[in-house]
Amino acid sequence: MIHVNTKVNGDEVEFLCDPRETLLDALRDQLNLTGAKEGCGTGDCGACSVTLDGRLVCSCLVLGVEAEGKEIGTVEGIANGEELHPLQEKFIEHAALQCGICTPGILVATKSLLEKHPNPSETQVRYWLAGNLCRCTGYDKIVRAVMETAADLRKAS
Amino acid sequence: MQYHAPSSFDDAVTIAKDAEGVTRFLAGGTDVLVQLRADIVTPDVLIDVKKIDGVSEIAREGDGWRIGVAVTGAEMTEHHTLGKEWPGVAEAMDLVGSTQIQGRATLTGNLCNGSPAADSVPAMVAAGATVSVTGPNGARTIAAGDIPVAPGKTSLATGEMITAVHLPARGSNGGDAYLRFTPRTEMDIAVVGCAVNLRLDGKKIVEARVSLGAVAPTVLLVSEAADAIIGTELDDAALDALAAAASAACNPITDKRGTIEFRTQVAGVLARRTAQIAYDRAEAAS
Repeated sequence: MIHVNTKVNGDEVEFLCDPRETLLDALRDQLNLTGAKEGCGTGDCGACSVTLDGRLVCSCLVLGVEAEGKEIGTVEGIANGEELHPLQEKFIEHAALQCGICTPGILVATKSLLEKHPNPSETQVRYWLAGNLCRCTGYDKIVRAVMETAADLRKAS
Repeated sequence: MQYHAPSSFDDAVTIAKDAEGVTRFLAGGTDVLVQLRADIVTPDVLIDVKKIDGVSEIAREGDGWRIGVAVTGAEMTEHHTLGKEWPGVAEAMDLVGSTQIQGRATLTGNLCNGSPAADSVPAMVAAGATVSVTGPNGARTIAAGDIPVAPGKTSLATGEMITAVHLPARGSNGGDAYLRFTPRTEMDIAVVGCAVNLRLDGKKIVEARVSLGAVAPTVLLVSEAADAIIGTELDDAALDALAAAASAACNPITDKRGTIEFRTQVAGVLARRTAQIAYDRAEAAS
């Protein structure tokens, strides 16, 4: 077992993990952060999306040991206490989710998108989310929620 | 499985040389971890190269570039100059996987995975990219196209590893491009890939390299296709000759992505389109 020191959503944390264990499993099983989901386990579906030093990645394709000294961002860090992030508010308003399995990954991915590109085109949103699969709602409500959030955030800034 | 994160290439080579069982180098992990989790390849020794100095740098090397082995696709896309000089290489790497995959996947990993359909590899071959290799018997520099030798197999010996990818100086009046055919717009694997890199003197092509992916067990550098356009202004006759030479070079398989006949024809179509883009880019740079 390897001792890993890392930072998750701004908090210093440590855990022990087998070198084969993924960051996704470490987050869920060691740190009880079950927001990131395992869909495919092969980097195709994006349900496990987190940020690693600010970069959007699939946590199923990162080893837990690779988190040493890094900063991880998960869906649990998006809301500020009880106050939801504008993206979360918009997803509820547009009913941009159904079963909810893909939603944590899509929220992490779109937050990362809006930080890099505050004024994305619809095409840009759709390409950015190509690696986040939703099998029930379809993508239109999700894309509309993201476009409106982007517009609101631009107005607010 | 043992996990090592050495701080130098020398240490990495020493670990790899003395390792027993299956050894894998870990950069972005987008192939290694998929194979590990699917029980296709379970390494006994995993050597993470990301703690080695300089592996995440895109640096000038003369008038060309040195791209570190842990530089991600996203970092290549975001680089302010690399994609202006070598748009074909940058766009080929950018076609690999989703945003999430781009955050981890590397040029060196795409090369060493040995897939005949790897998008960045034809672009590297057309660009004339070389790679530095180091191992127990010292260092050498070889053409990027000499790394893959069969699907999933490379020419690297036990204990050898790539330490950097080198792109030559762009020079004047040059342009490159990469196109692939996939049935879907994103998140797909090339049925055929084609890269063209050329240089103009006025309107006439004076140098060209044409490379094809996914139409043979390894990437192809098709000199007959390059000869078909060298000395021309890429008129219709030259494009016809280029397409014929590209199709003639194909030695594909039939699989769920496409048949032999389809791949052979599409290779010609893609070669025409890719050459036109490279030509237009070279003209714009003149």
